[in-house]
Amino acid sequence: MLTYILRRLGLAFTVLMATLVSAFLLFFAGPADPAQAMCPEQRCSPARLAQIRESLGLDRPLPVQFTEYFSGLFVGRDIPYAGDTIHCSAPCLGMSFLTKRPVSEEIFSRFPATVLLTAGVVVIMVIVGVLIGVLASTVRGTALDRILIGGSQVFGAIPYYVMALIFALYTTRFHSIFPQAGSMSEGLLNFLPGLIAPWLILGLVSATGYTRYTRNSMLDSLSMDYVRTARSKGITERKVVGKHALRAALSPVVTILGLDIAALLSGTLVTERIFEIDGIGKLSLDALGRDDLPIILGTVLVTAVIVVTMNLIVDIAYSFVDPRVRLS
Amino acid sequence: MSDKTLLEVTDLVRYFPFREIQGLRMVKASVRAVDGISFSVQEGQTLGLVGESGCGKSTTSRLVTRLDTPTSGKIVFEGRDITTLKESQLRDIRRDIQMIFQDPYSSLNPRHTIGSILTTPLKVHGLHKGREKQRVKELLELVGLNPEHINRYPSEFSGGQRQRIGIARALAVEPKLIIADEPVSALDVSIQAQVMNLLAKLRDELGLAFIFVAHDLGVVRHFCDQVAVMYLGKIVEYGDKRNIYERPEHPYTQALLSAAPDINVARGVPPRERIRLVGDVPSPIDPPSGCRFRTRCWKAQELCATEEPPLVESTNAHLPIQGRENGLHLQACHFPEIKPALVAEVPA
Amino acid sequence: MSAAIADQIPNTAGEAHNNGDVVLDVKDLTVSFPTEEGLVRAVSNLTYQARLGRTLAIVGESGSGKSVSSMAVLGLHNMKRTRITGSIMLDGEQLVGASRSTFQRIRSDKVAMVFQDPQSSLHPFYKIGDQIAEAYRTHHKVSRAVASKRAVEMLDLVGIPNPQRRAKQYPHEFSGGMRQRAMIALGLVNNPKLLIADEPTTALDVTVQAQILDLINDLRKEFGSAVVLITHDLAVVAETADDIVVMYAGRGVEKGDAKEVLARPAHPYTYGLLQSLPSHSEELEELKAIKGAPPSLLNLPPGCSFHPRCAFKDLVGERCWTELPEWRPAPGINNRLIRCHLEDPVGTIAADEEASR
Repeated sequence: MLTYILRRLGLAFTVLMATLVSAFLLFFAGPADPAQAMCPEQRCSPARLAQIRESLGLDRPLPVQFTEYFSGLFVGRDIPYAGDTIHCSAPCLGMSFLTKRPVSEEIFSRFPATVLLTAGVVVIMVIVGVLIGVLASTVRGTALDRILIGGSQVFGAIPYYVMALIFALYTTRFHSIFPQAGSMSEGLLNFLPGLIAPWLILGLVSATGYTRYTRNSMLDSLSMDYVRTARSKGITERKVVGKHALRAALSPVVTILGLDIAALLSGTLVTERIFEIDGIGKLSLDALGRDDLPIILGTVLVTAVIVVTMNLIVDIAYSFVDPRVRLS
Repeated sequence: MSDKTLLEVTDLVRYFPFREIQGLRMVKASVRAVDGISFSVQEGQTLGLVGESGCGKSTTSRLVTRLDTPTSGKIVFEGRDITTLKESQLRDIRRDIQMIFQDPYSSLNPRHTIGSILTTPLKVHGLHKGREKQRVKELLELVGLNPEHINRYPSEFSGGQRQRIGIARALAVEPKLIIADEPVSALDVSIQAQVMNLLAKLRDELGLAFIFVAHDLGVVRHFCDQVAVMYLGKIVEYGDKRNIYERPEHPYTQALLSAAPDINVARGVPPRERIRLVGDVPSPIDPPSGCRFRTRCWKAQELCATEEPPLVESTNAHLPIQGRENGLHLQACHFPEIKPALVAEVPA
Repeated sequence: MSAAIADQIPNTAGEAHNNGDVVLDVKDLTVSFPTEEGLVRAVSNLTYQARLGRTLAIVGESGSGKSVSSMAVLGLHNMKRTRITGSIMLDGEQLVGASRSTFQRIRSDKVAMVFQDPQSSLHPFYKIGDQIAEAYRTHHKVSRAVASKRAVEMLDLVGIPNPQRRAKQYPHEFSGGMRQRAMIALGLVNNPKLLIADEPTTALDVTVQAQILDLINDLRKEFGSAVVLITHDLAVVAETADDIVVMYAGRGVEKGDAKEVLARPAHPYTYGLLQSLPSHSEELEELKAIKGAPPSLLNLPPGCSFHPRCAFKDLVGERCWTELPEWRPAPGINNRLIRCHLEDPVGTIAADEEASR
């Protein structure tokens, strides 16, 4: 078991390193010119641009820049800027060209908002999705089954951003059914009510996939011989469905859940934009518009860490769910 | 049956290597599916491979058809070494050696008509150019199907008919050797007999040689000239059918024969002495030292653990059986012993 | 009515050796499934009895209805999509039309089932001991510890070495034969009066098959329960069963003492099955196959379902394809019921057997 985890950890580390190198090359060797972006209204003399580049260290060779960046990740570093020196402690992801604050600070200050958003969504998604999926599987072929599955298909087929936008307009702008998002800095109680609307809409939309997935997985396991064996023991139908069939049906659901959480955490761009939540998604969206490369690189790396970590958790969780995996 | 050797297999070995983590080290191990077996098939002869699951009989058939490549050993077909031929060089072999599979449901493409399933091998090998359709109809007739059904799909046929289609496909390219891997075990009893009769008819009419892989000892006895009994990747006893069934010498063969339930009990034949083997077949990853059967053998002694018994000619091989010249009989046991009482003999 | 005659002669074999109480009394059982293409008649007017201390073999090929009929005893069909008529009396209780709670009460407690494939019949995510203990706790108000102890005892009883440790393992850590032993332990944990074994050895190797059949026999003797053995393998029947029902296309066609039926079949289908076996003693001759294939259950032939394949139908003529033969005693043989129009089936078959030698 331990070796299984160690092996997965090693793999995770390799993936992260590969992401770091390729992302770094992609952004810093790419065509975007951050110096240009930092000029007020994009009007700087070539001399001024060169000066900015020098102060950002962009004129130095790529390997030097990479080495600095890399060591900064582990020990932190001091970044000289316009005569000043800004200290960036480990894990240092560089400094935002625009706000002149360390990227890690920018990211971590917005992280809780995104995590809270995602957590609520996952809870709604799993509970609603699995419950409706199990229900649909037990009434397979009936009108209720068709309504539940048809409804989830229609609901899931509408582009999410359209639905979220309409939902946001109606429930928070035109009618104040749900409060609008507050700021995280004004305290949790001020912030949380604003999440109700995005939780609901993103949770329900994401649940549609789980409904269908759980239903199919349940139908598979309900037709298994061991469910017939369970029935032949004389246990109640509720136990047959809720214990024997569900246990087997959930193991593939666990796998996609982990990946979905990672995707949700890193994919909240649209939601945060529509509901005006100041999270990671909004941060990276803003950074993209302004060529703020260190922020973009930072969010890419943090996202990669999240995805890899979730994968790791899924692998380990799966080995607890399915005893057959433990040995290999 | 001629005396011309069609297939000669020598010291055939197939290991499936895999890596495993033990503690913090990566350990290389392998499943020893087939571990040094030798046999031969004459033209027009039928060899039965019997044994329980995991004995290596299916791996052997995949090796002989060169769907898989052996780890070591030698496969000679019609005097030509085919052991390590590349896919591109196997064209002739693919034609000469054909396979019939166990499951008539999954071995036919459901989206193709019978006509197209049977025409494909003809086209691949450029046979009967211009009159493929005629040839397909002949084939259908040969296996007892209605030639007018050429445009039907596999789903429109019953299990027994599908197995006939599988047989027709194997025959399409006019092979010399057919490997039949459990060809009737998925069929109902009354249909099994029909398919067995068809195979026997084709063998006799077309002079085909067969390697017949099966777990049903009755079917093998009915169909085969020679039988090789396999256990954990080894041949433990090999010889003419009569020797194997009427005077088996290896304890495993005896156990296998005695374990099969006998219908003749109903006709008043006293139930034969039954050898109850204990336990299960050991793992082929780490087979027992010496004789592989010793962990379940009632005769096992110290010698059996230290020294692997070679497959040698039976000491009784030269004694005539029922006035008839005795044929091949090899066995691999340190303490062979004939137990004829094991096999009930009933006048038909 | 076929059932009426069957009533008069309860179980032909049973009459001769009336040494056990009837625990399962199936009368005129019909099971059908409405489908889009029409009504699938899986079992038609089936009548049989299982007695304590005896093994009844239900023999037939795929689609003969042998499994369907026993699934009905445990109520394991999807009730909404299955039509069941007739009567199934288990230990004096009517099961046709019984409520779900009735079935839950009798399952495992009065009737248990062992299935064909032990690999897929055990839940892969639960420990063997827990799966057995669950069945015990469902019918006995005992603590977890007591049920676990019972599970270990059962594993010991079915010959699993080291039961204490084995109970804590998962099914994938067991070999095929061991799994089937565990399934039998699970089936017998509540000491049911009836054990239905549906092709219990078909998925197993020959040497393991013998072990499992011996085990079922030993346990039947020890507990005195009734065993219904569903199989396609006539040799297994010859060695293990007391009574036999041969089924064809959803109907019983021959009933009687198992060994006698196999030694002297009185129905052309039973005879055909026996003839088609590559018996150990006959070599290299052509096997005597039954021609044709079993009929579709959607569209059974009129009259006797077997007539399109029957070698003797010309001896009778029209009646075979117009009139369904009712159960009747086979002339010249005691304790034998057949559904066949042949005037002298025993003599006809004997003559044919003589001629084919």
